[in-house]
Amino acid sequence: MVETFKKYSDAILMLVFIAAVLAGPVILEPVGAGYPDLLQKFAIYGIFALGFNILLGLTGYLSFGHAAFLGVGSYTTVWAFKLLSMNPLPALVFSVLTAGLFSLLIGWISLRRTGIYFSILTLAFAQMCYNLAYSVLTPITNGETGLQLSQSDPRILDTAFGRDYGAVLPSSDLFGIEMTGYPGFYFCGVLLIICFYIALRIFRSPFGLMLQGVKSNQNRMNYTGLNTRPYALAAFVISGMYAGLAGGLLAVTDPLAGAERMQWTASGEVVLMTILGGAGTLLGPVIGAGVIKYAENIFSAFNEGTLLSAFSFLPETLQHIAVSVTGLFVGEGWHLTLGVLFMVIVIFLPGGLMEGVNRIINLFRRSTGGGGEGSAQAAPQPAE
Amino acid sequence: MDAILLQVLNGLDKGGAYALIALGLTLIFGTLGVVNFAHGALFMLGAFCAVTLKEILSWEMVTVDPTQQTAWGTPLEIRTPYIEAWFGDAGRFILDYSVPFSILFAIPIMLAIGIVMERGLIKHFYKRPHVEQILVTFGLAIVLQELVKSMFGANPIPQPAPDALSGSADIGALLGFAPNTVVYPYWRMVYLAFSGVVIAGVFAFLQFTTFGMVVRAGMADRETVGLLGIDIDRRFTIVFGLAAVVAGLAGVMYTPILSPDYHMGMDFLVLSFVVVVVGGMGSLGGAVSAGFMLGILQSFASMNEVKSIFPGIDQIIIYLIAVIILLVRPRGLMGRKGVMEG
Repeated sequence: MVETFKKYSDAILMLVFIAAVLAGPVILEPVGAGYPDLLQKFAIYGIFALGFNILLGLTGYLSFGHAAFLGVGSYTTVWAFKLLSMNPLPALVFSVLTAGLFSLLIGWISLRRTGIYFSILTLAFAQMCYNLAYSVLTPITNGETGLQLSQSDPRILDTAFGRDYGAVLPSSDLFGIEMTGYPGFYFCGVLLIICFYIALRIFRSPFGLMLQGVKSNQNRMNYTGLNTRPYALAAFVISGMYAGLAGGLLAVTDPLAGAERMQWTASGEVVLMTILGGAGTLLGPVIGAGVIKYAENIFSAFNEGTLLSAFSFLPETLQHIAVSVTGLFVGEGWHLTLGVLFMVIVIFLPGGLMEGVNRIINLFRRSTGGGGEGSAQAAPQPAE
Repeated sequence: MDAILLQVLNGLDKGGAYALIALGLTLIFGTLGVVNFAHGALFMLGAFCAVTLKEILSWEMVTVDPTQQTAWGTPLEIRTPYIEAWFGDAGRFILDYSVPFSILFAIPIMLAIGIVMERGLIKHFYKRPHVEQILVTFGLAIVLQELVKSMFGANPIPQPAPDALSGSADIGALLGFAPNTVVYPYWRMVYLAFSGVVIAGVFAFLQFTTFGMVVRAGMADRETVGLLGIDIDRRFTIVFGLAAVVAGLAGVMYTPILSPDYHMGMDFLVLSFVVVVVGGMGSLGGAVSAGFMLGILQSFASMNEVKSIFPGIDQIIIYLIAVIILLVRPRGLMGRKGVMEG
């Protein structure tokens, strides 16, 4: 029984994942997250974090510059909308390819160094992209205003197929299905499932094992006569393409691309998502992305009024103290919560939520006397 | 020629700030082996020490003068800062010179913040991988920055330089160029001199005191120093406090040049990291020289003549230099062998 379960565990995981994504609107309804705009965000940032995890989780390289690829993806998609067609498919293909090219270039240079130097190199490149997008590249990126659609865009393919949007600003549609509301979410959701499947295959493949070898001891890999850099570069490019796809989807759901998407705080956010969920696990990053986007949505919506009513059971002086303390963490101060969360996770649970779940399962198994043989050991630390 | 001199001068004060932050960063790295992403936040906290002192000093006493009336017919309220009412001209002087006086205010505060930070958080991360050190200090930086934002608001708070120092000097005329070609604000000169003094002070402290000698020995071989019966951890804690003070002072004195806001730390942090990497991880001299060098290069790159040849170069010059240096001289300009290799 256990053997068959192990044999098919990946298939089961995949099926559960597909079911969870497709039933997302129903499952998340009770927590107030069952509406398409938010679900779409979950899916998009899930893709972003999944890709980032292929780099950080498998090879251990911490990139602080992945937001650059997200931004490149968004810009490419908006340009494809402007020049080719409002159909998201060609736009996404182009944004994945462009982000792949960018990450090939940046990764080729950055991967010459490891550790903190790699982080700083990627950070430097992302900052360069951000600064250029704001200043010199304004003809392409439209600077501070952000790149927008306009009625006078050529849209060659649409014109060729005789589609005319009339006098309104067009929105993206997949062969006539508008990319808003539930169709928009399911479009992103299906892409998330495909991305998850690819990530699963990578994790289980010899290539994935090679990447894990890079993480646990790159020197030993080199000593066995293997050149690890092409593998790391491949992982970097794949994660860059995932980021490009996520950026493209952001522009599909809202055809606007701004440079602030490339800022390094955005890179920090995806790092947090991956770490929060559990770097190196398959499901972790998707869950981390969901938790953060959900918490952002909830916390930033709070204001003093809701807090006052939430603490209305307290005596008045206590109520005001409670409101002013919690008020720091919600609404405008949501980033404070994010920072605290970040620290707590890194300090107490460096393996992320997935490690927490495993610990609880192990605790449960041990107390019932089942043979949980420490299957949730933390990943071995790299030797010197 | 005069244009070049002007750019060098313009670059020096920014370079001074980079050098001071990078000095602390590399000091922490050399002693504790920790990559501190919260160092920019310390710079920002220093700047807000100046803001706080200014606010405390300008608490006002309200007196009502019944003999005079305002345009609305109410008695005229005269607001005088307490410090002026109590100490007269001396008080006015202190209020005017609040930024330099903030140095005295900031030193104990920054020292305390640094020591608490090291004992409370960083201490637990010595044995953990660099990635986790980066992440936890990054989180701390966000927390500090958001706390400051919630206390002081999101807008920059201008801090004027003392009246006597708020003008500009016509350096060009002194050196025989045409008048008004090389004009340099007094305060930037003060900042430059100040950063020179602080840098010299840190070097002298490490070079000429027994404490500094022990610290240097600890940087070279921590275990042996420990075996000699010296509590090296306590010394390193103080070094962390010292690095926090250096960053804080850099922030205090920078306030008249750049009005402090909550994210100034992050802006400087990224650049300071680049400075440390260019100078060489763990090399104090490298950090200082790279700081000034990059500051000057940055101001050269923002000259119109240069920008017309390479558009946008002023935005990316520092990062570009960092990329080139890391690729051709991985250890940085003055990096030592064996520090952060691999």
